[in-house]
Amino acid sequence: MTDTPATPARQSLRDWLQAPTASSPRQARAQAFWRGWQRLIANRAALAGLIVLVLLVAMAVIGPYLTPYSPLQQDLTARLQPPSAQHWLGTDDLGRDILTRILYGARITLMMALLVAAIAGPIGLAVGATAGYLGGWFDIVAMRLVDVFLSFPSLILALAFVAALGPGIENAVIAISLSAWPPIARLARAEALTVRKSDYIAAARLQGASSMRLILKHVMPICLPSVVVRVTLNMAGIILTAAGLGFLGLGAQPPSPEWGAMLASGRQFMLTSWWLAATPGAAIMLVSLAFNLLGDGLRDVLDPRND
Amino acid sequence: MGGQVFRTVVSVSVTILGLLALTFFIGRLLPLDPVLAILGDDASQEAYDRMVVKLGLDKPLWEQFVTYVWNSLQFDFGTSLTSGRPVAEDILRVFPATLELATVAMILGTGLGIPLGVVAAANRDTWIDQVVRVVSLIGYSAPIFWLGLLGLTVFYAALGWVGPPGRIDIVFQYDLEVRTGLYLVDSAMAGRWDIFADVFSRIVLPASILAYGAMAYISRMTRSFMLEQLSQEYIIAAQAKGASRQSVIWRHAFPNIAVQLVTVVALSYAFLLEGAVLTETVFAWPGFGRYLTTALLRADMNAVLGCTMIVGLIFITLNLLSDVFYRVFDPRTR
Amino acid sequence: MTDPLLDVRNLRVAYPSAHGYSDALRGISFTLGREKLGIVGESGSGKSTAGRAIMRLLPPKARVSADALRLSDVDLLTASEAQMRDIRGGRVAMILQDPRYALNPLKTVGAQIMESYRIHTRAGRAEARDRTLAMLEDVHIRDPRRVVDLYPHELSGGMGQRVMIAMMLIASPELVIADEPTSALDVTVRGQILEILNERVEAQGAGLILISHDLPLVSDFCDRVLVMYGGQVMEELAARDLSQATHPYTVSLHASLPPLDHAVDELIVPEYDPSWLTEIRK
Repeated sequence: MTDTPATPARQSLRDWLQAPTASSPRQARAQAFWRGWQRLIANRAALAGLIVLVLLVAMAVIGPYLTPYSPLQQDLTARLQPPSAQHWLGTDDLGRDILTRILYGARITLMMALLVAAIAGPIGLAVGATAGYLGGWFDIVAMRLVDVFLSFPSLILALAFVAALGPGIENAVIAISLSAWPPIARLARAEALTVRKSDYIAAARLQGASSMRLILKHVMPICLPSVVVRVTLNMAGIILTAAGLGFLGLGAQPPSPEWGAMLASGRQFMLTSWWLAATPGAAIMLVSLAFNLLGDGLRDVLDPRND
Repeated sequence: MGGQVFRTVVSVSVTILGLLALTFFIGRLLPLDPVLAILGDDASQEAYDRMVVKLGLDKPLWEQFVTYVWNSLQFDFGTSLTSGRPVAEDILRVFPATLELATVAMILGTGLGIPLGVVAAANRDTWIDQVVRVVSLIGYSAPIFWLGLLGLTVFYAALGWVGPPGRIDIVFQYDLEVRTGLYLVDSAMAGRWDIFADVFSRIVLPASILAYGAMAYISRMTRSFMLEQLSQEYIIAAQAKGASRQSVIWRHAFPNIAVQLVTVVALSYAFLLEGAVLTETVFAWPGFGRYLTTALLRADMNAVLGCTMIVGLIFITLNLLSDVFYRVFDPRTR
Repeated sequence: MTDPLLDVRNLRVAYPSAHGYSDALRGISFTLGREKLGIVGESGSGKSTAGRAIMRLLPPKARVSADALRLSDVDLLTASEAQMRDIRGGRVAMILQDPRYALNPLKTVGAQIMESYRIHTRAGRAEARDRTLAMLEDVHIRDPRRVVDLYPHELSGGMGQRVMIAMMLIASPELVIADEPTSALDVTVRGQILEILNERVEAQGAGLILISHDLPLVSDFCDRVLVMYGGQVMEELAARDLSQATHPYTVSLHASLPPLDHAVDELIVPEYDPSWLTEIRK
């Protein structure tokens, strides 16, 4: 963009994004993105979800530096204290500050969700794009496999995998990923099917590009946006499954401040000290609500039929 | 039509075979040694070898798989390590508890979810629509085990509106003649209304909490199906004839989504099994979900895989049924 | 002419958009007796909006206003919803474009026509069924007893549109609004359908508004024509005078049609004068 007139940078960026006609593919893409962004933040619910998530990430990153307590250090003299000025959300049965544990727990929850997305997303994308592009036997076998995986509710399948792999946070991540990739693969396949016949793929093939190269460079990028949206939409489900595993004692193990595990150990004090179980549950709900709101908004932005 | 049936049969068989392969594969993933799990760590080498032969672990993998498929198709999932009984027998025993819970939940969830979805669609973008949306979003987002705990604290411990956890009072446990395994039905059939009241007071809360999740899903799907129908031309035509708003919504648009709704309801019935695993843990409900959880915690693989397979089969069956329903009741596919 | 059947004065319709409201209709006026009025214009000119505004069938977010919108003795702007239900189908009927979408796919032909009749009369089932069979015969359906029990997807387009006419006209409305009644149909059956429509309208002595983009069709069929563009009436004239139209838009529309009597190398594309979009003040 060397020929851009030397106007102040902020001004020109805004103009560039709002120019009535785009002068380059990059500008067109940036404008489309910009308009989508405008519509997303115009959706109050989606904006609320986004803000909560940004706050959550901020809390997970800096929160632990702001609290004077340790998430694991026990203080038996301060057991089961109700919320107070010292302990905003009270203390648990071992005298640990619950707010501190929630903050550390946010890290675990986000980390698990991100890891699942990082494992299941690429697997689903690769399998789906390849199946959709190649067709034939690979497609039939891959989609059968997807059908088989989809004949279980995701928690049940994750439970079976965890049972086989053994409890623990890493195994929980693997188990959830194994149950999370199939819907993504199905979606990516549908997208790949639509581009498979297009002229530019044919042109690239005529130039001698290999199937591998075509899938990586042409088919997968086309499938990517819808996969990203789908993964966002699934995030709430992933978090609930992770918390469910923790609650059943099959995910993160005590004394880890994982929210599901906290809820499980706070359960027996529910009648006398409600804050032990109520707070981690509320945290789980808030995060999954935020993801649902954001996912809804994203779908509205990307699906013009909802207008 | 004949070709269609054949294709469906083949497709379902392949899926079931895949299901068996998947559970078989999960079974072999096990880092635990199944022989040691049965015999304990200090078993002699001889006993160990005998058990290996007895379990068929000395045979090649494909032969083990064939045996596994053969047994599973006869609902022989092996013996549970915890109860010492055949897994199929165990599942049959605990299943009615879950079926009863899920059915009550389904009645509540469908009964509320469908009208809410229809009303939300008919009043699109008004405050009614927003309220339904928020209520269902919370249903989607709240962890069900947390809702269960809160519910117990508030409605049982604080207010005393509902019964305690568990399915039936220990006093009545051996008093009730079990015929169907559904205690509400059994107690009503026996005319024992005192037992019925006890069972009812205990099922209400877990069923409502399960129903909330189902309602969230059903109302949301209903709303989007209805919106699609309400934008069709035949709706304008019905209005142009002078049909009332109620008639346009319930007699014109609604029948057109009924077939789709059956699929949704069937699916949410299957998802209730998932919810049941967590809910039953909270409510000490002696059903399928708690059986599975207990098996999981004790690494009782036969029981876990048996349960997994049953859930898969239920899922496939419900899908198949809704497909059949679709073909039978939609004039366009006749 | 006696009291007009329909009196429309300065009818305006606007939809909310990103920047306030955008106008779909910008003050159209006309009156209609027991005659055939054509409304022509290209897509987006607002002609369908006008038809639906008269029946008050626009989506709730549409903002409708007019100096007058009267159906003989009834003020359509202030009529209650219950009054409107009596009017819709009973006094004003609407024929929609495509029978494939405008008939309820899950109800038989008979059920849909009977419903229409029973909304506006106190007839029982048996009577409604007899009337339905008679009505199907009136729209020249050969085997009414078989057709009554068919579902819409089992009908051809031409049959579907006959059913539509039967369904909308069975309660003997005074005014029929036909919104592109033939454009979704096969060219070969268009003539038949219009003939049937004409026959029924004349037999029942109703007024007709024919909304179409098809200039020759409208001029053949109607007594008077309104030419619309950009949500306004450009010109109103008697159908037989269409070739002598004075407004440049009508002239250019007319010129853009392929002539039948001699070959042309290139069809004329109408050119638009932006001044037509500025509102005509009266």
